[in-house]
Amino acid sequence: MKTFSIGGLHLPENKLTAGQPVERLPLPAEVTLLLSQHIGAPARPIVKKGDTVMRGQLVAEPSGALSSAIHSPVCGTVSRIDTVKTPQGLSAEAIIIKTDESRPDALCSLSPCSDVVEATRAAGIVGMGGAAFPTPVKLTPPADTQPDTLIINAAECEPFLTCDHALMLADPDGVISGIRLIMQATGVNHCVIAIESNKPDAIKLLRRLTASIPGIEVMIMQPRYPQGGEKQLTEAVTGRMIASGKLPAAAGVIVHNVATARAIHRAVTLGEPLIERIVTVTGPALSRPGNYLAAIGTPLRTLIEAAGGLPENTGKVIIGGPMMGRAAATIDSFTVKGMSGILVLPSDLSSRQPEEPCIRCGRCVSACPMGLEPYLLSTYSRMNMTDEAIDALVANCIECGSCSYVCPSWRPLTDFIRIGKQRAISVLKSRKQS
Amino acid sequence: MHIILISIIALGALGIIGSIMLWGVSRRFHVDEDPKIGLIEQLLPGANCGGCGRSGCHDFARACAGASSLDNLICPASEPGTMQKIAAITGLEAKKSDEPKVAVIRCGGSCDKRTRFSAYDGPASCAVANSLGAADGNCPFGCLGCGDCVSACKWHAISIDPSSGLPVVDEDACTACGACVKACPRSIIELRRKGPRGMRIWVACSNREKGAAAIKECKAACIACGKCARTCSHDAITVSGNLAYIDPQKCRLCKKCIDICPTGAILSANFPPKKNISTTE
Repeated sequence: MKTFSIGGLHLPENKLTAGQPVERLPLPAEVTLLLSQHIGAPARPIVKKGDTVMRGQLVAEPSGALSSAIHSPVCGTVSRIDTVKTPQGLSAEAIIIKTDESRPDALCSLSPCSDVVEATRAAGIVGMGGAAFPTPVKLTPPADTQPDTLIINAAECEPFLTCDHALMLADPDGVISGIRLIMQATGVNHCVIAIESNKPDAIKLLRRLTASIPGIEVMIMQPRYPQGGEKQLTEAVTGRMIASGKLPAAAGVIVHNVATARAIHRAVTLGEPLIERIVTVTGPALSRPGNYLAAIGTPLRTLIEAAGGLPENTGKVIIGGPMMGRAAATIDSFTVKGMSGILVLPSDLSSRQPEEPCIRCGRCVSACPMGLEPYLLSTYSRMNMTDEAIDALVANCIECGSCSYVCPSWRPLTDFIRIGKQRAISVLKSRKQS
Repeated sequence: MHIILISIIALGALGIIGSIMLWGVSRRFHVDEDPKIGLIEQLLPGANCGGCGRSGCHDFARACAGASSLDNLICPASEPGTMQKIAAITGLEAKKSDEPKVAVIRCGGSCDKRTRFSAYDGPASCAVANSLGAADGNCPFGCLGCGDCVSACKWHAISIDPSSGLPVVDEDACTACGACVKACPRSIIELRRKGPRGMRIWVACSNREKGAAAIKECKAACIACGKCARTCSHDAITVSGNLAYIDPQKCRLCKKCIDICPTGAILSANFPPKKNISTTE
């Protein structure tokens, strides 16, 4: 079994919802579509208050090259375009659509398009692994690169999350069809579906279905966090290291999430834009944790209710997995395209411990999958020493949280490295301009 | 006796040889430093706060001594008139000194006024709290209260008031060096004209959301109703981006805006207490 070579951790998996079938939630009475649910510029609304929209109709168009379209997941009426809260408690513009109960399922499909890149752009597809990077941009690798391998990221290395696992079991044909479309669009004729060995049923199923397809292989990965990081996955699968500050395309590799592949299949063959996704709602105290297929813009409360309601001793609700996810400041918010999970943790598991002095044990250094020195980067960041942090390659940090996880002194390493990285990136940008 | 004499001669000779060497070295490596630099540095506060944009007081003194014009060189932390004294040393013209400024906190969201819907338990750093989202306050523009400004202030002029959770500026200690302005990740702190006898009026809110959303987040939010702008007879108040701003140069300190503000978002400092006008027959 393959895995990446530098750092990493074997985490307790806690996949409470593994193997559970996908359960479709009824359409909510109202959906709230945030205009900025992807990396890049927020989408520009093209509907106004009172407009009736169809399910699948375009309601906001991309406002630049790095942006994404947004479609209505319901038939209904635009009730307002207003400021709402993101799960982080920040304010963001959103289109709020009231569902028309009388005609819930009429899909307004996309106009047929044979060009895969154009179809993904029209369908508003973004990377569904969490970062929500617009997929059409990733499907058009820079001209100076020669990609020869497509890696389908089905590692799902985050503890608790099982949405990709459930998706592979529910619609393996869709995944494979999506993979073939990506291969066709990028001209790559070798594909590796990377699945960690803790999903044997998905491995078996996909192996069986891809046995007769030349060019597609299923690779079993040794479970290790953060295997789903594209740099780690590229190294684990192909043995190629990606140079600092470069994209996988520079190493001849394209990495797409498995759910993105399926979304591409839905868009190209069925004309269905990205209007719903599987969200793992999980937590040790929830009564009905599961993998729920929900419309984009569903209130988080609805999902938590479906999973049995918020338990009394809840300490934190984390959007995403426990390692990379962020604690929500409010659950009066809505699902977005990149939201893979909602993790409800009781207070005894989620509270932070008081920070102790660094004992120079070096565990963070051995855990760092990018080969950095987290204790040093975090101190540079605290002392505002941006130049030194840049020299120590703070910009390479992938914010996986491994250093904070292993620190025996409970130091908030990742938190400080993150702000140091932001400062470093802005300094590097201004250096580039001058 | 003999031994003592020998030791004195030996040590004395050693001393003389050493001093000759040192004299030679100091001649060889002598750096001609402008004597003005030392004189200027004596006038500066010596806290190396960086408010001038230089790495410290010595660097600033060197810049002053070598400059051809003092227009862009201002030590915000020194006493009024310092730049004139520096000008006298360098023989240049000092720009007419700006009026003294002071840091003001543009947030009035004390614990009782701001609704909180979550508890932040991360590291006590505003920068980190801000990077994780709204932290515990409901207002995404308001003070986070972790005290990045307190640790940035080299003059110990800012402290967090435990009852309100907001920073308080000691205006006698504040030199308006601007370190807190740079440290605040939400740009809440503004350097404002201190005003005559320290009297000043400012909008203590940075919330740029629409009024209805802002008031839900904080009872002391500016809701951009525009009443203050209409009341102001000196045209000092503008409302833009859902937030009122009082131009300190135009404000005549009439305090009408404070009385009319429905949320109490406009604050004042150092006004004499209101006299109780008793209506006697």
